[in-house]
Amino acid sequence: RDSSVNVVQLLLARLDNGVVWLHSDGPEKKYEIRRAKNDGKELTKEEKQRLRKEKKQQKKQKDEKGTSERAKEKKHVAPSQPVATQPPTQKAHTVLPASAPIPVPASGAPSHSSPAPSPADKPAKSRAELKAERRARQEADRASKQQSCSSSSKTKAPPSELNPVVKRLPEHVQVDDPAVVKRLAKKLERQQIPLRSDYGYKVSLFSHLHQYSRKAPLTQQLSIPSTVIHPSIVRLGLQYSQGIVVGSNARSVALLHAFKQVIRDYTTPPNEELARDLVNKLKPYISFLNQCRPLSASMGNAIKYIKKEISNIPSQFKEEEAKTKLLTCIDRYINENVVLAAKAISKYAIEKISDGDVILVYGCSSLVNHILCEAYDKSRKFRVIIVDSRPRLEGREALRRLVKQGISCTYVLISALSYVLPEVSKVFLGAHALLANGYVMSRVGTSQIALVARTFNVPVLVCCETYKFCERVQTDSFVSNELDDPDDLMVTRKGKTQLENWHDVSSLGLLNLVYDVTPPDFVDLVITDLGMIPCTSVPVVLRVKNLDHSMPVWMLERGFRHKVSPCLILHAMLHRL
Amino acid sequence: MPGADKETELKGRIEDFLADLKRGGSGTGALRGSGEMARETTYLLRRITAQARWSSAGDLMEIIRHEGRRITAAQPSETTVGNMVRRVLKIIREEYASTASGTSAKQNMVDHVIDGLVEDLSVQIKSNQILFVTYTWLGHEMATGLSKVIIGTQTVLANGGLRAVNGTHSVALAARHHSTPLIVCAPMFKLSPQFPNEEDTFHKFVSPHEVLPFTAGEILSKVNVHCPVFDYVPPELISNIGGNAPSYIYRLMSELYHPEDHKL
Repeated sequence: RDSSVNVVQLLLARLDNGVVWLHSDGPEKKYEIRRAKNDGKELTKEEKQRLRKEKKQQKKQKDEKGTSERAKEKKHVAPSQPVATQPPTQKAHTVLPASAPIPVPASGAPSHSSPAPSPADKPAKSRAELKAERRARQEADRASKQQSCSSSSKTKAPPSELNPVVKRLPEHVQVDDPAVVKRLAKKLERQQIPLRSDYGYKVSLFSHLHQYSRKAPLTQQLSIPSTVIHPSIVRLGLQYSQGIVVGSNARSVALLHAFKQVIRDYTTPPNEELARDLVNKLKPYISFLNQCRPLSASMGNAIKYIKKEISNIPSQFKEEEAKTKLLTCIDRYINENVVLAAKAISKYAIEKISDGDVILVYGCSSLVNHILCEAYDKSRKFRVIIVDSRPRLEGREALRRLVKQGISCTYVLISALSYVLPEVSKVFLGAHALLANGYVMSRVGTSQIALVARTFNVPVLVCCETYKFCERVQTDSFVSNELDDPDDLMVTRKGKTQLENWHDVSSLGLLNLVYDVTPPDFVDLVITDLGMIPCTSVPVVLRVKNLDHSMPVWMLERGFRHKVSPCLILHAMLHRL
Repeated sequence: MPGADKETELKGRIEDFLADLKRGGSGTGALRGSGEMARETTYLLRRITAQARWSSAGDLMEIIRHEGRRITAAQPSETTVGNMVRRVLKIIREEYASTASGTSAKQNMVDHVIDGLVEDLSVQIKSNQILFVTYTWLGHEMATGLSKVIIGTQTVLANGGLRAVNGTHSVALAARHHSTPLIVCAPMFKLSPQFPNEEDTFHKFVSPHEVLPFTAGEILSKVNVHCPVFDYVPPELISNIGGNAPSYIYRLMSELYHPEDHKL
């Protein structure tokens, strides 16, 4: 709080009668500023009373003068222009002292209208009055900051991450709450992104989630070329919504590559700092992608990382330097968390695969496919049973990849699970995210496989990189999920489509879920890049990871930086634990 | 020679029925529900009773047993057919035990009883609601939404277990995990005195082109694809079979069929 007060002070000093203050005696100014710092302690009783009166009057004026303030602001901006050439974003601050209403002592008003008051004015004002003036301006500043909308860029106070953050339900899981929907619509309008409308009847249990149709992509409502959204982001959004890029890892990597392109094409506008402006540029892109398809947990973590990296760029970096640094950061993130993690996980997993094994896999997990190919290259003898499910039929992709490698495969649908399980020795599953309470969030059907495997006493191993660990807590699949296009459930056999007119049947709802959660008691082992942990140790890893991320804030201010990879630190910490 | 004509006509009908059964099982012919199958079988058996030449109960039973063996061999997975045959044999025994009169009287009585059986059957079929449930994501819905799970089945086995459509075992396991009662609705003609021990006759497979179409290309030659039709559901997972506990099934079985007829 102290630091934010300082910053405001400095700005006000600069903008408002800047000429006067700067030309004033040095010690005088320093004294003023020092006193401003100790403001709270040195106010005498009379000053406090006056301040209270001023505050009351301010409040009254605030209520009365809704729009007339704006008129006053416009009036006052004109005379104060010769004082300093203000960049548009700092207009708010020139405006604010101007809009500080009449109760600011008369000494304030003449100083506004006359751009260069004679130095003789200054000694006339008593120190107490000046202090009171300053105090009143601060109050007005704060009051109108609360009033005005967030479109003006605020001075960034250093993030106080050590304070508890109030967590609210994300907006995409409150679709049946009209207030939330309105807020979302307003936010999107501000960012100039079209709002995607829901499609079809939603089953009541899931009415709090969005349900979109694949035939109505968001890009149809955009003007081409879009000035707000970078073309690589538009392309990415389309790839997500049409199901061209699927899979947790694929989506995150595609996102990071698109962001790299955005950074390459970015130029800092004049009088802006790259650290702040770039983060603000990314916000509408993220809203757009969220509208195309709800963000996955891995994408969320990647975005957090990028935002942190961008805001930690020191201001003395030139633009080119900053950009190359960001690009290398992103490359390093992908390399560490996806490529090297896959190698580490394969190494651990191959220990668990013995000759003669019959391994069951579900759907298409890039990580599990990688593990199986590596194991085959290391001459392990095993065969694979691929279980698939409608409507996505992702198992066919896995089948293609494994057969190409030369692995002997069997392919069944999930309804034949009880038939194949007696001959299976292990089950390998991929994960979309691992939740903080140890539940595994994965493609719908995974929990069914884990359940039936448990009944047949077949061990279930989940493979997941640590960057997919997420802080959410969920015990069922209803709270937060994704509803896919319900028309996918229609199947045409022998020229007849049974569910063709499902819209007309009022009592029928089609539900096409994408994810489900598996309880930790069905999972025997989780293989991560940090090692093989039981499912219940996930919160431990998360805790250690979080500590690692929140530390750099105050450490940075003292010039420390973690130059070592976070994964190695975690590994070391876990060993110590 | 009207007798000879009738005989050839009867033989023709039996052959037609057998051919139908064989075709129906492979999936290319018209799919028939179990109820229809049961009705057709009963009509055929009635015809046999009416038109075949027999002089005593034993003769009739021998004829029906012989035909029954041929019919069940044509399509082993259609247990309904075998069940109807066993039922008719039981009826004949009952009739024999209850009356001591001559052949013709017996014949009429048997006809009566078979007619009654057919009617009984149609009533049962109409009143039974056989429901099928889709189960790709059913597991977690049970946690909150459902109070009961009601399923149908192809056969109810002698130990109270089921031979049901693929995927029913997963549904049953999910129901048990979430402590939701599992109720099976099945008409009487689906009760079969078989046990699930016969591994090779239990399962039936259909062409996997539904699972992996021929358009998948070259990988078809390198891949095994299985498409089983049935699932075994053990009796521990079932709460109720049409009003009775699974452990009560053996009692019902003894009312419907005679132990000697278990093996045709």
